[in-house]
Amino acid sequence: MSDKTIKAPLPGTFYRQSDPNADPFVTEGDEVKPGDVVGLVEIMKSFHEVKSEDSGVVERFLVENEDTVEAGQDLAVLGG
Amino acid sequence: MRRVLIANRGEVAVRVIRACRELEIESVAVYSQADESALHVRQADHSINIGKAAARFSYLNPAVLIEAAQRSGADAVHPGYGFLSENAEFARRCHDAELIWVGPPAEAIELMGDKAAARKVAAQADVPIVPGTEGAVAPEQAFAAAERIGYPVMLKAAAGGGGKGIRVARDGDELKDCVTVAAREARAAFGDSALYLEKLLVTPRHVEIQVLADTHGNVIHLYERECSLQRRRQKLLEESPSPALDPGTRESMAAAAVRLAGAAGYTNAGTVEFLLDGTGAFHFIEMNTRIQVEHPVTEMVTGVDLVKEQLRIAAGERLAFGQEGISLHGAAIEFRITAEDPDADFHPSPGQITGLEIPGGPGVRLDTALYAGYTVPPFYDSLIAKLIVWGRDRQEAIARGRRALEEFAIDGIDTTIPFHLQILEHPGFRRGEYHTEYLTDLALG
Repeated sequence: MSDKTIKAPLPGTFYRQSDPNADPFVTEGDEVKPGDVVGLVEIMKSFHEVKSEDSGVVERFLVENEDTVEAGQDLAVLGG
Repeated sequence: MRRVLIANRGEVAVRVIRACRELEIESVAVYSQADESALHVRQADHSINIGKAAARFSYLNPAVLIEAAQRSGADAVHPGYGFLSENAEFARRCHDAELIWVGPPAEAIELMGDKAAARKVAAQADVPIVPGTEGAVAPEQAFAAAERIGYPVMLKAAAGGGGKGIRVARDGDELKDCVTVAAREARAAFGDSALYLEKLLVTPRHVEIQVLADTHGNVIHLYERECSLQRRRQKLLEESPSPALDPGTRESMAAAAVRLAGAAGYTNAGTVEFLLDGTGAFHFIEMNTRIQVEHPVTEMVTGVDLVKEQLRIAAGERLAFGQEGISLHGAAIEFRITAEDPDADFHPSPGQITGLEIPGGPGVRLDTALYAGYTVPPFYDSLIAKLIVWGRDRQEAIARGRRALEEFAIDGIDTTIPFHLQILEHPGFRRGEYHTEYLTDLALG
């Protein structure tokens, strides 16, 4: 079966945590449900939540914290 | 001063390049990976790549900027506005690297950036301040302080900065509820429950005074800018003169700004911000120790090129004119055009400019870094253009503003041009009767 992915809703800078000292929203191996926040995208100095649309287990992230992302880009792979 | 590095991007970088060129000073642009094809890079005499798109690696990175200045042979740094422009540490590091800082001394940036210290200097210089506590008070002292200041009051953590966690109490009962929560939050966030209280001015106007000070002790003002038209504390348009000031208040506000700049040991261009309350009394809130976004409004009504004056002052020259050489002529309005969709809660709208029609004709000025085919990157501020119009009076400026906004076409992204056209039709704006909550009250914010 094909893997599901979590995509960037907007272009900008991707963050895996709410601030530099916080824990990541999710890490590899965590289970997520639809609507769970997995990261933030900063666009024009405003922050937008990245939410999972599916249920599953986060297998791996395809981008690093603070990477530049395009709208619609795959950010993480969901398994299970 | 032969070569200036501009530690900024976008329209303000282009603005500084223009001033340099007229003074026959060479310009050095810096650019992140996202800005390789930006207009400021095309227009500068030299340009240097300063790294990754995210600002903290590039435009907010003092070490990289100073290295770029040294490598390019620049002898001065102009910080523009935003980014590191009010960072005293960066100013100091430029100075230590024997680069001329086009701005005030680091000590003045620090002094005005410290709210309690700035209020103290203002009070000593006989500049009216918003009634508040002198520094921090313990939660149990808040009630006596509020009685003295008068309700409604604003309270916030004394240790915190910015607008975060501000609470409002309209009477003693509300204060009782607020104090406990605010003190707990303050302790959780900063390890200190001390609070700061200030009188909340209801529906004030935001009026600011432009000052220029040289390094020979001369301080002058260039009158006011009215900046009350705001959305969520962000200025949308500015005008000069302010429709709210009578001649007496204008003169006393301007004189207060000059006294403050003198007392702060200020040099270069700066702005003293005031709140004007319903009774016509004004209160100092803060000083911006840099050139401001809305500076063209002042340039249009005084004829003074503020950015060229900044460069001259930084080079050690005396002001070429005294106070008597400055007069207000006509009326000017600046419209801030941002890449946001006013029909979708001002959602950011970066992307490629597929078509561009620029307004022109009498009394129209456009400060922008846009060109047809340019792609507005998602990484930085959404301000993409400033349209400034001048008229012999406010009515002519408004008519011109509408005409120029209608001529202005930016295709490919959403912008706030339609929103500005809407504002110009509002009777309150037309009458010049508006305050900082005007758009919120109209449910337009």
